[in-house]
Amino acid sequence: MGRKLLIHNDKVPNIHTLDVYRAHGGYASVEKALKTMTPDQVTDEVKKSGLRGRGGAGFPTGLKWSFLAKPEGVARYLVCNADESEPGTFKDRYLMEKIPHALIEGMITSSYALGAKSSYIYIRGEYFYVARIVEKAIEEAYAAGWLGKNILGTDFSHDCYVQVGGGAYICGEETALLESLEGKRGNPRIKPPFPAVAGLYGCPTVVNNVETIAAVCPIVNMGGEEYAKIGIGKSTGTKLISASGHINKPGVYEIELGITVEEFIYSEEYCGGIRNGKKMKAVVAGGSSVPILPTELILKTAKGEPRLMTYESLSDGGFITGTMLGSGGFIVMDEDTSIVKNLFTFTRFYHHESCGQCSPCREGTGWMEKILKKFLNGTAEESDVDLLWDIQSKIEGKTICPLGEAAAWPVAAAIRHFKQEFIDIAKSKKFVDVSHYNRLNKILA
Amino acid sequence: MKVTIDGIEIDVPKGTTILQAARMIGPEVAPPAMCYYSKLKTSGGYCRTCIVKVTKGSAQNPNPMPKPVASCRTEVMDGMEVQNVTSPEILEARKGVVEFLLINHPLDCPVCDQAGECKLQDLGYEHGSVKTRYEFKRREYDMIDIGDKIKLHMNRCILCYRCVKTADQFTDNRLHGVVHRGDASEISTYIEKFITNDFSGNVIDVCPVGALTDRTFRFKQRVWFTKPVDAHCKCDKCSGKVRLWMKGEDVLRVTARKDQWDEVEEFICNTCRYDRKKTADWVIDGPSPIHRSSVISQNHYQHLNELKTQVMKQQKALGFIPIEKRP
Repeated sequence: MGRKLLIHNDKVPNIHTLDVYRAHGGYASVEKALKTMTPDQVTDEVKKSGLRGRGGAGFPTGLKWSFLAKPEGVARYLVCNADESEPGTFKDRYLMEKIPHALIEGMITSSYALGAKSSYIYIRGEYFYVARIVEKAIEEAYAAGWLGKNILGTDFSHDCYVQVGGGAYICGEETALLESLEGKRGNPRIKPPFPAVAGLYGCPTVVNNVETIAAVCPIVNMGGEEYAKIGIGKSTGTKLISASGHINKPGVYEIELGITVEEFIYSEEYCGGIRNGKKMKAVVAGGSSVPILPTELILKTAKGEPRLMTYESLSDGGFITGTMLGSGGFIVMDEDTSIVKNLFTFTRFYHHESCGQCSPCREGTGWMEKILKKFLNGTAEESDVDLLWDIQSKIEGKTICPLGEAAAWPVAAAIRHFKQEFIDIAKSKKFVDVSHYNRLNKILA
Repeated sequence: MKVTIDGIEIDVPKGTTILQAARMIGPEVAPPAMCYYSKLKTSGGYCRTCIVKVTKGSAQNPNPMPKPVASCRTEVMDGMEVQNVTSPEILEARKGVVEFLLINHPLDCPVCDQAGECKLQDLGYEHGSVKTRYEFKRREYDMIDIGDKIKLHMNRCILCYRCVKTADQFTDNRLHGVVHRGDASEISTYIEKFITNDFSGNVIDVCPVGALTDRTFRFKQRVWFTKPVDAHCKCDKCSGKVRLWMKGEDVLRVTARKDQWDEVEEFICNTCRYDRKKTADWVIDGPSPIHRSSVISQNHYQHLNELKTQVMKQQKALGFIPIEKRP
């Protein structure tokens, strides 16, 4: 059994209430931090822990915190990015739904470290019921004195607010999130300046993922060095993985970073193998925008070493033979899956969610979707594969925010690893969706 | 601060962007800019035509930047080295951006009033490809009258946000903006409100394409048949310095004066733009300078023969057979 730090008591009845949460050791990190530590000490612990941002990019959190500008007389903000919109990722929802106080505890501890007097939790519009749960938890925390003026009798005061977004993928990008939070159209800002210098309302701001903030509590409780002992190399601690797709046990799993991908997919503790005894075809390891990898490359790196669930191991070999841990949206596809159709679904999503600010993404995503639609209609030519490749290469790296890349990477990877599938469809002039027929056969049988 | 662009070194003050530095060197190395407008704050960064490659970040940090950067929004650092026209990679990427800008553009230049002074045309000539690879239906919108003087032709818009920023910064009340998302985005007036501000006409001048056109000039004349002259008058609202587009003795259109980079020098008021259309209203200063990229200078081409050879070369590449040689 792997060690669990974030969702170890998610099955406890009524853990979403303050009393039960407190009885299971909740808010210990707030007590410890406020009473025995200075803000800089908390930041140091986070630095020592080697915690990396859990939202997707994997930037070291302690380093991000230390970049925060601290001019005199200017407010600082902590913003929690709960706009979990990456397809395939649902870990934050699980955490907020089951143990909302873990997030609030993390918000208080982190805000103390950053010196933020107020913090915001930006929750996507689709998670409206989750926002209700978190709001209720905040009310409880205010009533019990964990939030508000002079927490625990110290001179640290803190207010936490929940803001529900409109449900746009782009608002998960930190600067677009800040624009949206300010009440404007959610367009990403041009960086620099980075939010650490001029973020929310022009003030220094730290934007962190839900899981990152929640992970601050165990770090403060057990100490950064102790936390860093879990995991391998620069991938320390535990990570929530949202496993979905054709596996026997889809769901949210907390893993110690460093277990092998094979163990994660096939062990009974986690995904429990591919359903219906099928073979695995491909895996998207970190949410829809990271490159898809075929079975032989996801289980073993190009060098022949077993691939581990760590930031480094998954990105081993760059994008030619590797992928990314990303946000931990682990999508497994069995042998009947059509990569082309899957890619169409992803591309349609990115087309729909492009904000329309910069031209390559605005026009290119729609174009790619239309070409992929041709494949599904069976009207595609072989040259369309090259065109698709050319379009994605002209989007990647040319846009303001990473959405352009997120749209281009899956296309590039699908063509890189499954080009034959595209060519077969183009040659045969008809698209056969295997999964659809299989489903139909099952219903008939 | 010293910055090297395409091998040419220049000394610029702190806070200058790469694009401004390149413009100081000259038009040969200046990247094209469709959305950036030096007179508008926070403009630029959207169209991505001005992307350049930074091969050396600065004297302290000599690492190259990993991705191409938008030169209009990136400030220079001391010792920075930039590649624009000398980088084949950038030229290829720019070609891609131009293609993206054109795939949903209606290409209705023959009936577009902007033809001849359209930045997208210039960009297409310089960086576009001859053929389109886009084979799907182009995006279509209805035409909208924004007030009685401005026509919005959304099909042609490239969403540069210039008009939005102009209205934000030069008029007291912005009534139009970008609605919807992604490639469904459009410039629109909220609930079809009219723009009635005194300086609203300037959105026509800043529009790089034919999306916002002057209704008092629509279909009156092709711009290359008109003669631009600089003129001024005493105006209590604006500087009164304008450019008249004349045909014989008639003033067909009044616009603001534009500089070498096609940017308005001084914004003018609606009275000057729409209501003073008699020669008697103006004191004429002299003919306007016409710039290299402008087709308005059609009668002033110095190298007509060279152009002819170029056209024939292109025709040959396309497999075009001249009429006299056709069977």
